Amino acid sequence: MTAALISTAALLRVSGVAKSFTMHLRGGLELPVVANVAFDLHPGECVVLGGPSGVGKSSILRMVYGNYAVDAGTILVRDVTSGKMVDLATGDPRTVLDLRHASIAYVSQFLRAVPRVSAIDVVAEPLVARGIPREQATRRAAALLERLNLPSALFGLPPATFSGGEKQRVNIARGFITDHPILLLDEPTASLDATNRDVVVAMIREKLAAGTAILGIFHDSPVREAIATRTLDVTAFSAREAA
Amino acid sequence: MTRAHALPAYNFAYLDEQTKRMIRRVILKAIAIPGYQVPFASREMPMPYGWGTGGVQVTAAVLGPHDVLKVIDQGADDTTNAVSIRAFFAQVAGVATTTKTTQATIIQTRHRLPETPLQAGQTVVYQVPIPEPLRFLEPRETETRVMHGLEEYGLIHVKLYEDIAQHGHIATTYAYPVKVEGRYVMDPSPIPKFDNPKMHRSPALQLFGSGREKRIYALPPFTDVVSLDFEDHPFQVQTFKAHCALCDAGGVYLDEVVTDDHGGRMFVCSDTDYCETRRTEGHRGTGLPSDREDAGREDAR
Amino acid sequence: MSSQPILSVRNLERRYGAFIGCTDISFDVWPGEVVAIVGESGSGKTTLLNCISGRMERSAGTVCYRMRDGRFPDLGDLSEAERRFLARTDWGFVHQNPADGLRMRVSAGANVGERLMAVGERHYGNIRRTATDWLERVEIAAARIDDQPVAFSGGMRQRLQIARNLVTHPRLIFMDEPTGGLDVSVQARVLDLLRMLVADLGLAVVIVTHDLAVARLLSQRMIVMKSGRIVEQGLTDRVLDDPRHPYTQLLVASIPES
Repeated sequence: MTAALISTAALLRVSGVAKSFTMHLRGGLELPVVANVAFDLHPGECVVLGGPSGVGKSSILRMVYGNYAVDAGTILVRDVTSGKMVDLATGDPRTVLDLRHASIAYVSQFLRAVPRVSAIDVVAEPLVARGIPREQATRRAAALLERLNLPSALFGLPPATFSGGEKQRVNIARGFITDHPILLLDEPTASLDATNRDVVVAMIREKLAAGTAILGIFHDSPVREAIATRTLDVTAFSAREAA
Repeated sequence: MTRAHALPAYNFAYLDEQTKRMIRRVILKAIAIPGYQVPFASREMPMPYGWGTGGVQVTAAVLGPHDVLKVIDQGADDTTNAVSIRAFFAQVAGVATTTKTTQATIIQTRHRLPETPLQAGQTVVYQVPIPEPLRFLEPRETETRVMHGLEEYGLIHVKLYEDIAQHGHIATTYAYPVKVEGRYVMDPSPIPKFDNPKMHRSPALQLFGSGREKRIYALPPFTDVVSLDFEDHPFQVQTFKAHCALCDAGGVYLDEVVTDDHGGRMFVCSDTDYCETRRTEGHRGTGLPSDREDAGREDAR
Repeated sequence: MSSQPILSVRNLERRYGAFIGCTDISFDVWPGEVVAIVGESGSGKTTLLNCISGRMERSAGTVCYRMRDGRFPDLGDLSEAERRFLARTDWGFVHQNPADGLRMRVSAGANVGERLMAVGERHYGNIRRTATDWLERVEIAAARIDDQPVAFSGGMRQRLQIARNLVTHPRLIFMDEPTGGLDVSVQARVLDLLRMLVADLGLAVVIVTHDLAVARLLSQRMIVMKSGRIVEQGLTDRVLDDPRHPYTQLLVASIPES
């Protein structure tokens, strides 16, 4: 009974979150972004953030990952090790790092390539960081990259010189290699061709089937339709008009 | 004393009594902390730095009217420096001098310890050019003092490491660093490492004076003096294939002497007193110009 | 992650007469964590680094360090012998100029081996094996073991300095602009090496840099300093992507995009 409770209980609970930017270089100009953001995310659910460009979708994703600070509200994330809900919005760096380590993962729009590190090591790194032997991690990384049709000749090269699509596939593989219960996706399919887009869709479906909760931004409507269990219209939270 | 009376301009043993007291206090402190370099107010002496000003001041401070003084330089009693210093004290202190190790009560030395084992009651005074064993690796005096104080001696092994890395063995042959009573690392002055084992638990009092660097240090009798080394490169003294060409002594430190301009050479005791004593006892070397072929020094390896 | 900090700085101040080097500095460093201190020249970041690494007297405040036995004393309460022992065993210090951290006229092998000899290693063969191993880890050919650092390039010297520091398996490393004097291509190699070693060895690192790219690459947390004070601190990616303080915004806005 307890197990059943945990498996359906929310993994992420956002409430009353507000965000604005203060541009000190422009005389302290206030740029409100969102206010009163509130939603839950449950296991196996794929919530897609919708709304026009600039409405604050990416900002929400980044706040949930702790990358942006919040002005108000709470972002409760279920800690996979303790099972407790932990507030990430207070911004204590160690809490955020702990949650990122095992509970919440993020696939950004662009790969931030580290100089001199090969693609396969970039992908394997999150596993190695979690204590999985490097050899095993590398094998799983190779399998993922193969699935995403990255030419194996590129595995040993640093991604800095890759094309946009190649870089993005490395980025996706890196984000998908672990089994974090919450996965944040910021337009992962944006620069992919149809074949690879379908691979990513299949991968997302597998994650959902395994109980991963996904919060994402997908501009590509076929992808959105294929995976979304629910769409959250961010316009409702937008603070732009109010300003 | 008679000569000193003849030269009223000088106090006994050249230095004034206040200076001697100062140096004696320093010597007492040095004896109390074996291997520790005690600073002292080194005086100008009537000889240049590097000629034994430190040793001469120590000798002057410990010398009494009944002492018998021996002075050696490179093991020899008859080299310029040895002769001058012996003559100096004969003149300013009127003490008896000797070349016999066994008869001397004070032996001032540069570069050697006598082959004849030292006795209780004897005092050896070493002339020291650079007293700081860490100097060539750490130029800051403030830092080397702290290193001695805190017993941080890793650096001294860096030097020995470099020797092995470059030469395949510890190639330091003189001024070979030692550890005193398990505490202070000390420079034994530029004696060959051949003489290092003689310092260990010697019944004689050993005093070290460095005039230019203004330091005195000491080894009281029966002090542990251990030459530093590595487990897999243990300390070894030089060994010589040859025996002395004059007195046939083996297991002693030999000097190479060039005998002509056709490559002729022979190996003889560096300790002249030891060599002469053996010859008067009837020992005869093979020191004829024709049979010196297999002589030659073999370094420790 | 460990629940106890390895280094804890509270209300640290360093004055030079009436001039303030740094003041009101408080932060913690946890095991296995890289903390970057960024700021422009004169912001007090190097003064801070020197104070917390015991290389400079502080005027006020506490700096506590977690010893291997679990004690957590203020560095000022340790004897000089204990502090120096820490500095050559438990800690490392990587200088911007490798010549400040190396013995330039002593072979690479002895430079790496010195710390081992300082803690009592007396087996030449073992010292040499360990030194060879470390040279390889920092990508210096083992054949160069008997060469002196004067014969090395800037990047090699810096890598040698890193090896020299890591050979005793320290727990906390201080770095002062470790890539500051290097060409960009050489810099990338040193950074990559640092990143890997720090992760592999689980080191805690306090790194001073004016280069935000270096901070982003190496650190999890970041402290921004200006005029001797901390103006902002937090997760590195948070500070860089969502800077709040005017000065941090200026810093971030000043990076050329590439």
